[in-house]
Amino acid sequence: MEVLALLDCLSAPACLLSQAVGGLKIGMLLFLVASGLTLIFGVLGIINFAHGILYMLGAYFAWQAMELTGHFGLSVLIGAIGVGIFGLAFERGLIKRVYESNLLIQILLCYAVILIVDDLVMIIWGDEFLSSIGVPEIFQVPPLFIFDAVIPPFHLAIIFTSLLIAILLWMLMTRSRFGSLVRAAAINPKMLEALGINTNFIRYSVFVLGSFLAGLGGALAASERSIVSQMGNSILIESFIVTVIGGMGSIGGAFLASLIIGMARSFGAVAMPLFTDGLMFLIMVLVLILRPRGIMGEKK
Amino acid sequence: MKNKKSYRTLRRKLMKYGFAGTAYASIGFPTLLKAESNIKIGIPTLLSGRVAQLGISATNGIKLIIDKFNEAGGFNGRKIELIIRDSRAKPDEAARMTRNLINSNKVDIILNCEASSASFAVQEVIRESGTLCLHCISETSSLTADPSIRTWNAFRFARQGIHDAVGSASYAANLVKEKGLKKWMSIGPDYAYGRDSTATFFEILKKFSPNIEIVGQGWPKLFQPDYTEVITQIVRQKPDAIYSCLWGGDLVSFIDQAALYGTFKNSELFAINLADYTTMSAIKNLPEGLHSATRYIAAYPDRQENRDFDSAYTSRFGDHPTNWSWETAVATDFLISAIQETKSLNPKNISESLKGKSRQSFIGVGEGNTVTMRSKDQTLVNYAIGWGSTLPKEPYMKDIKAADWESIQELEKEWLTSKGWI
Repeated sequence: MEVLALLDCLSAPACLLSQAVGGLKIGMLLFLVASGLTLIFGVLGIINFAHGILYMLGAYFAWQAMELTGHFGLSVLIGAIGVGIFGLAFERGLIKRVYESNLLIQILLCYAVILIVDDLVMIIWGDEFLSSIGVPEIFQVPPLFIFDAVIPPFHLAIIFTSLLIAILLWMLMTRSRFGSLVRAAAINPKMLEALGINTNFIRYSVFVLGSFLAGLGGALAASERSIVSQMGNSILIESFIVTVIGGMGSIGGAFLASLIIGMARSFGAVAMPLFTDGLMFLIMVLVLILRPRGIMGEKK
Repeated sequence: MKNKKSYRTLRRKLMKYGFAGTAYASIGFPTLLKAESNIKIGIPTLLSGRVAQLGISATNGIKLIIDKFNEAGGFNGRKIELIIRDSRAKPDEAARMTRNLINSNKVDIILNCEASSASFAVQEVIRESGTLCLHCISETSSLTADPSIRTWNAFRFARQGIHDAVGSASYAANLVKEKGLKKWMSIGPDYAYGRDSTATFFEILKKFSPNIEIVGQGWPKLFQPDYTEVITQIVRQKPDAIYSCLWGGDLVSFIDQAALYGTFKNSELFAINLADYTTMSAIKNLPEGLHSATRYIAAYPDRQENRDFDSAYTSRFGDHPTNWSWETAVATDFLISAIQETKSLNPKNISESLKGKSRQSFIGVGEGNTVTMRSKDQTLVNYAIGWGSTLPKEPYMKDIKAADWESIQELEKEWLTSKGWI
């Protein structure tokens, strides 16, 4: 462990800022995907093991849209909406049939969907990796130098976009009638049904919203990551770590945990360059020992 | 009565010939068929995921040569049949598939098109079975350089890490002198090849330029999607130069992401695996002036035969060949030549024929444009290694300087001695 290097970094504004912005970017992209996962679990009680393919499809849809339109913003939007529509079909066609089933059946269904979609992606877009969709022209500029820290403007754009989505999501869940219904559905769906509320609508709306967020994460990530089938696997593991650390079903917890993971990766690379992946799991283990329900998870 | 008797005789005869025919069919036909059957070559490789271009372009290189051979009538009418399996780059799968190819598919030869980690698994399988194996992809030097890993029935037709390291280090040493590149960093995939390639490069570079200083090393996982944490390290350390042995989609992602930080304006990148068409064309905005070994480009060696290989491949498969394509094409050419020479599929006979064999090749820089299967460690030598810097568009490379095979072999010997392998 290079403690001195970490202390040097923390005491130097350039390093501190540069690592912090890098960590924020990693964390915010992760939040988009993980928030969908935790939302679906919190309301539907489903652990969506197929969440990684939603992220992957977001990247592929955005790539295809970029090929057709050449417009970055539109492509990202198409990527996210496309995955939302896919999520609707997935929930209505398959997931709704296993709401009452045991965990094993849910896992089997998700795993089957992962294999099918991964293979379909290879059939449609080919086995080889696709190059990223690239950053918009407006961001193809030299990086900013703030207190000597090197910061790509595009990373700031990703951070602000994700923050905006986080705020909108928070407002939707806490300040709207829909949010109240979703929270109520998470606690007592039978009571909602007794009151004449269409819980089916709430269920698939939540699944579509979760899918949209994962698709948006994938589409934004496609701007600088090469695109390939199975790209959802690693993000799925990280999303589960975020969900466990933040607390199953807590959007606020997912936000906090994503930031923790992003910073752990970024500053961990300074202090423990050979242990950055292990660090994520270490944090998860510590949380599980000290606070098993997660940082913001509710006691059941 | 006579008619009845002759009918019985005829029936007996028919039964006799029928039984004899059945017995012959069950014993004799297979023997005949075997004599006339195809020569089976098993190919464990990876055809899916972020580095699928490896398996695709490698098998294409084989098909290009095999199809010519089959069209010309094969070997005494026996054609070569390829049985290709996708291991998805998992060593355990590669080993299982190789075992199946040998035991169930009864292949005669294994053309191993796996990356390094899986190649070591394949090596152990063929060591046990005694099947002839031509490694076409793995560049990890120890596969053939370490006598404890080497085996009599395995030959490496891939370029070798130590050869590239010497070529790279001698090219880099000139630039160290010219531009004063003192502070170095590295980023390499965290598995056998990445560690081996990086360590060897710096070991040799320090022989040429003892004053260089390594200020940091990044080891992302193979197929890691995001390199931000390593790039911010590079930005923090401000190295004069970066050595990278990332490859395929990983290298593409790294360059795309690092370019956002303006990394290559301040640091010279020496990316050993960059100059392959599929990699360079996948980078969104390929910066000018990155340094790379010529993995495969039609412009080097600058000869008609090389351009012919490129155009034959491109017109058949709709894309340029890669480094892996030339490696498999050369391996297949050597194999066919050895089969024809020995008129046998016996691994021992073919092995003897391959040892020390030289063949004229589009990629050869030995005497008479040949490449040679060096007999002492069963590895290919005298293939073209050049280093140059990138251009954003075709021909993608400029100022290519050829590596000198004499000094490669001299320093390789020193390196082998230091490892205790000779």
